[in-house]
Formats: sequence, C-alpha cells, structure tokens
Amino acid sequence: MSLVFKPEETFRGDYTYRNSDAAILRFPFPFPEDRYMYSVNIEPHVRSGPTDVFHRPFDIDEHYVAECRDRALTLEQDPGRCQALPHMMTAQWDTLELLMENMAADYPEQFSLTKEGDVFGSRWTWINRPLGIEQSFIFGDPDTLPCEPFEYITRQAQGDFAICDQREDNLYLDAGMVTSQADWSLAFNVGMNFMEWHGPVPLAHQAGVFERALKYLLMLRLGQPVRRLNWTMSINPRLDTSPESYPEWGPDRASVTVENAGGKVHLRVELQTLWRLPRSNAILFPIRCFLISVEELARVPKWGKRLHRVLSSLPPELVEYKGLTRYLPATLAWLAPLDDGAELATGIGPDITELAPL
Amino acid sequence: MIGETLELTVVGVDDIAPSLRHVRLAAADGGQLPPASAGANIQLRLQGEARTWRNAYSLISQPGRRDVYEIIVRRVPESRGGSAFVHEVLKPGDRLVASWPSNLFAPQRTARHHLMIAGGIGITPFLSYVADFAHNGASHALHVCCRESETATFAPWLQDCGDLNYYWDADGHRLDIPALLAQQPAGTHLYVCGPAALNDQVIQAAADAGWPASHVHCEHFGAALSGGTPFTAFLSRSGIEVEVGESESLLEAIERIGASAPCLCRGGACGVCVTGVLEGEPEHRDHYLGADEREGGQLIMPCVSRARSARLVLDL
Repeated sequence: MSLVFKPEETFRGDYTYRNSDAAILRFPFPFPEDRYMYSVNIEPHVRSGPTDVFHRPFDIDEHYVAECRDRALTLEQDPGRCQALPHMMTAQWDTLELLMENMAADYPEQFSLTKEGDVFGSRWTWINRPLGIEQSFIFGDPDTLPCEPFEYITRQAQGDFAICDQREDNLYLDAGMVTSQADWSLAFNVGMNFMEWHGPVPLAHQAGVFERALKYLLMLRLGQPVRRLNWTMSINPRLDTSPESYPEWGPDRASVTVENAGGKVHLRVELQTLWRLPRSNAILFPIRCFLISVEELARVPKWGKRLHRVLSSLPPELVEYKGLTRYLPATLAWLAPLDDGAELATGIGPDITELAPL
Repeated sequence: MIGETLELTVVGVDDIAPSLRHVRLAAADGGQLPPASAGANIQLRLQGEARTWRNAYSLISQPGRRDVYEIIVRRVPESRGGSAFVHEVLKPGDRLVASWPSNLFAPQRTARHHLMIAGGIGITPFLSYVADFAHNGASHALHVCCRESETATFAPWLQDCGDLNYYWDADGHRLDIPALLAQQPAGTHLYVCGPAALNDQVIQAAADAGWPASHVHCEHFGAALSGGTPFTAFLSRSGIEVEVGESESLLEAIERIGASAPCLCRGGACGVCVTGVLEGEPEHRDHYLGADEREGGQLIMPCVSRARSARLVLDL
C-alpha cells in the first residue's frame, strides 16, 4: 500500500484536518445496526475486517505525520500525558518491540528495524522515514534512547496507548501515552484498577458487562489480540479533548448550529485493541482514534442514514455521558433530510467502493 | 505477533538426572520464537503411536529469549504416559506442535521482595523467574526442597540467584516454613510451586502468619491429577457419547472424538474450559471453582475433573 501523508494538517487552531475519499471509505464506522447499546463486542484482531483499517495490527494512514506532531505539541505543554510507573519497564520494552516489529513488517517503505542479537542487551537500529528518525540503541537499556522506551515509540505511533499490569485478578492502568482521549485523564486514572476506571460509565455496570469483560481479559492470550470499536463525538477535528484542556474545547460545543453541524460535528471512533505482552505478561491497550466530520461520513449514504437513526434512539443517559446533549438536536436536524427511511443492510462496511463527487 | 500454534523441532535432549530430561526446542522454520515471560508455559502435543498427550511445561529459558525454548521433564512413575514419551521416544530432529506461551503464574511486578519456595520439579517456573529478577535487579530469594542428590542439578540455571537455599528430608535439612515466613520484610510476595502437600503447607503457614492472600501465589502441577475410574460422558448439544478411560482426562476423551472444547492451562487453574453439567455428579479436581460452585454440581472443568457417577451429561 502506498501512503501519501498530509503533514500540514492541524488538529487545533485552524483545524485543517480532512479525510480523503479513500480515508472516508476505509473509516471504521461503529454501528452495525440502527440502534446502539453497550456490549462487550470483542472479536479477534485478525488481519481481516470490513474495511482496510482492520487489516493490519497497527494501522498507519494519511494522518500519521500530522498526528505525531500534534502529540508532540500536547506533550510539550503537558509532559504528564505520558506516564509509566516504575514496575512497568519490562512492559515498556515489550511495547516498543511489538510496535517496531509490526510497523516494519507492514510498512517496509516507511519503517525498518534491524537487530543484532535477539534478547536484552542486543543492538537494534530503527529507521522511521516519514519522521526522519534513525536510532541505534541497546534493547533493554533505556539510557541508549532519548527518552524511556514507551514514550519513544508511542511518540511515533497514531492513537493512545495504555498498559495494564495484571495482578490480584484485576488489571491496573499503570502506564499510558494519552494525548487524543475522549475526555478522560491519564493523570487522574493512572494506578486505578479496571472497575475503578470504568466507574463513571452508565448502564453497563447493571448489565454485568465489566465483570464479564474483565474475566475475559485476564485470560487474554499471547498471540491472540482482540479488538472492539468505541465511539463518541467531538466538535472540530480535535485530538486533544482532555479534561485538562477543557477550557480550549469545551465552549465549542455551544457553537454548533443546524447550518454548520455537518462540518463541525465529528464522529470520533476508537479502534481499541488488546494485546498480551510477552515478557511482562502485562496487557497493552492501544486506542486508535479516527475522526470524521458528519458531512464527510454522510458521503456514504448507508452511514449517514444509520448515524441519524442511532443518534435519534440513544438512551438519555448515554447522550449525557458522551457529552452530546448540547449539540445533538442540531446534528439530528442536519442529518434528518438524508434519511429516507430505507432499510439498511446490517454490518459496518460502506457497501460502496467509490464516493459520488462533491 | 499473532498465532495460536507453533511448529517446533527438538534440537537437544539430555538427561540431567536419572529422572530429569532437559529438552531444547527451536522454531521448525528456523525463525524466531515468540518471546515469553517469567513463569510462562507451553503446551506440547506429544503424538504417541496409540494416543496423543497434551502436556503443559514451564519454560526454563531466559525470559524473552527467541532462539530456543527449554523445558525440564521429570519422568513420573505414575505418569499417564506423556513424561515417559518425552524420556523414551523424543529425540533431536523430532517435530512437535506447541501452543504459544501463556502465563498463569507471572511474578508480581510491584513486589518489594520475591520469596520463592520450590518443591522438586516445581522449581522449573522459578528458573526463569531468577533470570528475570537478576536482569531487573529485583530483590529475591529461592528456597528449594529436593532430593539431596539433586542439589547440583539446576545449578546451570541458578548462577544469578544470590540468595539460594536447599533443603531435603533429613534432620537439620528440612525447611521450617513458619520460621522462614516470619522473617520476611513487608511487601514480600510469596510464590510456591511443588507437590500438593507442600503447596498446602505453605499457603496455610502464610495464612496463619497473617499474610494477605493477594501476596501468596501458587502454581499446581499435574501429578495429583491423573486418572481414575472410567465413566461415560454424553455431550448433549452434539448428541455424542464418549467413554472416558482410566488414564485419560475428560477433556482428552472429548478431543479424541474430534469435538473441540475451549481450554488453556489443562491443569484446572484457568477456568477457560468450564462446562455446564446437566446430569451426573462431578468429582472436582480443579483449583478454580469456588465452594458454592462445587456444591452446586452444575459446572465442571473437564481438563482435570472426572465423575463420581457412571455417567455425566455435559452442556457441550
């Protein structure tokens, strides 16, 4: 696959982020049916799926360079967005190895990894052509990298990353690189266990969803990663919607009108994967964020109609939890004329291979 | 790094004691193996002439090593045949299918000090622990209960173990468990792996000394789990009846007739194979189900448990 990056895109200020036609068609649309309800919805993360986004363990797309730059800007303002508790060093190296090996194998034109030796203490060389990086280091020796290994590699990856230590039949969020989150705070959650950090989620606790999910995740096997989609909405294509930066993005929610909703309101989809890490036995939780404006999304007729149906039938608790209350009516009014009520095929694929020209 | 099974080649076998065989395994295609964590095990499919065994063995290789997996197999006289196969049949060049490594006995990374107690072949998970702790500079001590003649057997794997102690059955050489536990610093995590009697003694002593259960970790191994009286299992969903022989497990009997059943540790510890019981009385041998679930009689772990009744009807 040839990749053409859009290095000038911005996710703040003038918000020049846009999706190409190809990026729209491969978008991980999260709604297989006309109604949405919580479920564990976990499936094996195999090299296949309804769109190309699912086909590689760690997807790289046209926004790669711009997203890495946005992460660097956020970290410059707030270095606390990347944290790892001291007992997570082996898991840090695990993460670096997993990402480097997969990126180099799936995108050989962009990345390469060479190793002399294969256990701790061996010399590795990493080349990242899109970001212009060449780095030799000793695997297992953090002093040979410009920063700790987890920060080093996740500065060069799209999406957020959390690492969970497994102990006492629970998972503890003991490391994270979080700069594109849907309004949650790493600084607040670090060290929390699975039940603690899911505490605020409405409706799902009563259904026992988290107990089942935790039990399942504790048995997650090396070599058998799993994935699920999660979603919310954001105003403007903004990656950093953290509680810390709320003053910068919160007020935008009041700026949505029926006229501008198509361009301003963005569906924010997280392709979440879960990996057992080999040396530390910890669990890596990459949260890859995909942003698409309602206008862009609606160029796929099935998706525009389905989004209208899902949003108009959401339980009020979810509307509030996901922070949609203020601008949902305008968004629905924008989408309503596109929904002719036709029956839609189940599944999340676009069901077309080309978009109608604008 | 995605996959479920590995094709391995035996690259070395040598007997390190009369009943202990050291086996080295490499990827059959000459490539790299998945890295593994301290305490991890792999499940080997051992293909005999008349039957197949699936046995789980701890990896004793340095954690993260990708060129070779090493295991040590003790030949047990009351073996169901798997360990005898490894000792009598397996030779360099043989091909084996194995699971990817999994770990139900990983070290606790938050521990201030790691205290390990091994009984006999139960030392195997600790051989990789010691390498891991030495690499990470973690405070640790290993106490080994074994035959006096075997105290030197594991030395090649224990060169990095600073605080290493041996015990055997003779006056003045027995491990005083309560005394050992009484002198540990706060924040110590205790790990025990050995015969059921040793495991039970250590767990009880820790409880008596007021250790929090979250700081006490135990790995059981299979010796006590071998067969029993034959019985019949009926798989209600597929409508198949299978005879479970005296030397095979319920899970093995199910697999023998080609039915697939989810499983992971094959040692009654992980809970992956939990299956509903519709009729009959299970004889629980697992370490997973709670007292209420056992008494309820509606769940069974086919990897280790059997039947008290002549017939067991499963929701499978």
